[in-house]
Amino acid sequence: MDAFFSYGFFQRALLAGLFVAIACAILGLFLILRRDAMIGHGLAHVTFGGVALGLFLNVLPLGAALAVAILASLAIMKLKEKAGLHGDTAIGIFSSVGMALGIVLATLAGRFNADLLSYLFGDILAIDVLEVGLSTVLAAVVVVVILANYRKLMYLTFDREAAKASGVKTAHLDVLLAVLTSVTVVLGMKVVGILLVAALLVIPAGAGLLLAASFKQALLFSSLVASLSVVLGLLAAFQLDLPASATVVLTSFLLFGVFFLLRRKKIS
Amino acid sequence: MPVNKEREIIRVEGLSFQYGSIPVLEEVTFSVSQGDFVAILGPNGSGKTTLVKLILGLFRPAKGRVLLMEKPVEEFTAWSKIGYVPQKATHIDPLYPASAREVVAMALLSGRFAAGRWKKEEDRAVSLALERVGMIAFRNRPIGSLSGGQQQRVFIARAIVNAPELLFLDEPTAGVDAATQGLFYEMLHELNEEQRITIILVTHDIGIVNKHVTKVACLNQRLVFHGSHADFCQSEAFKTMLASGHLVSHTH
Repeated sequence: MDAFFSYGFFQRALLAGLFVAIACAILGLFLILRRDAMIGHGLAHVTFGGVALGLFLNVLPLGAALAVAILASLAIMKLKEKAGLHGDTAIGIFSSVGMALGIVLATLAGRFNADLLSYLFGDILAIDVLEVGLSTVLAAVVVVVILANYRKLMYLTFDREAAKASGVKTAHLDVLLAVLTSVTVVLGMKVVGILLVAALLVIPAGAGLLLAASFKQALLFSSLVASLSVVLGLLAAFQLDLPASATVVLTSFLLFGVFFLLRRKKIS
Repeated sequence: MPVNKEREIIRVEGLSFQYGSIPVLEEVTFSVSQGDFVAILGPNGSGKTTLVKLILGLFRPAKGRVLLMEKPVEEFTAWSKIGYVPQKATHIDPLYPASAREVVAMALLSGRFAAGRWKKEEDRAVSLALERVGMIAFRNRPIGSLSGGQQQRVFIARAIVNAPELLFLDEPTAGVDAATQGLFYEMLHELNEEQRITIILVTHDIGIVNKHVTKVACLNQRLVFHGSHADFCQSEAFKTMLASGHLVSHTH
């Protein structure tokens, strides 16, 4: 097994995967607590439109995806505020429109091919040095920004009005969360693909919440599940010759199951 | 009414507010001096909570203005001088993974990473606030595992952790048993008397607070009474509200 860790591509996948998964887990915690667990799923679909736009315009697909995801997340936020829509309605609208536009653009660009599919299903083991560097740095930035604002974000997600009355700039934090979510979804796309990125945002954080008696514990447990999912998932992909995106997600679900059983034991 | 020489901590002038086309508050004018213990009374839907939210700048008025500590509320920034306990927090997620101490610490928004010396100071402030409300033994318990009355005390600890000058409480004893309510109002009395914290208490229940309240503002869209507690008991507003069953009286 040690042999895997000595392969360059395995090391790169592990490094990028760990950073991105931890960023997803920590951010996911705030999204779940804001009752916004499906935003990742929705933005991922929008991101597909972004990737297709990049292919159509012949610019860096990741860059186009990032720009489109940020715009869409801000638009979802505004639509929720101004139109008085429930959050999931706005997400439902944007995710399907993003996907539909993606299909049109990719077809027009003549790029509806395996290249596009790699964005849908992720291909972490094929990640190159530049992408590793970019993903790792961006994921680290996401984590640092969240931790620097962690108490305010906690106050916002726990009791919005009291937070506002304590002088928390809630509107600014909403924008911050929207941007961080977009960045994280695009990063997650590289690891597990558009179709599975929501799993990284929801499953480790959900598992952490099962056992946490405090916010610190929730952060710790979620990060732990995220890290283990990446390490064990990549090893499983290698051993069983399966796509890493699927094994990482399934591993996280197994860990979720373990946490669920531990919780039942704790309660009884 | 005696002239109060203390600083005017809140001034509300000609305040009107509506939800869509439904008027909630009309032309409300009153002021609160430092050290007052004010009860805002009125039936459901009389605009009590809205008034508090307008004073705190959470809503924008249709007309009129609010001065907080002599500053227009839109320009007010010293939020750590104000504590706020929102209406019985039905919107609080019982599954939220925060311990009582973490809930209290939320209001400590120094903007610094809590580490080293700062962390010690913060821990001290949090412990002090929890002690004051009698919840120190529960500091590590998840907020969702506490009873309604205990949660409410934790929220009060959060509201006083910055040693505020002004404290707002919106129906703080809803769903809290009578014995706990008694202790609770004793605690508010202490905060008001000993710490000189100005208190604004929203309630529909005048009987239980009458020992401690110094001023009453009676709302029913308009301000129907504003003055001392003693005057209020003699007023037409009091009799009307009592007769219509809007106020629960515990006068023994």
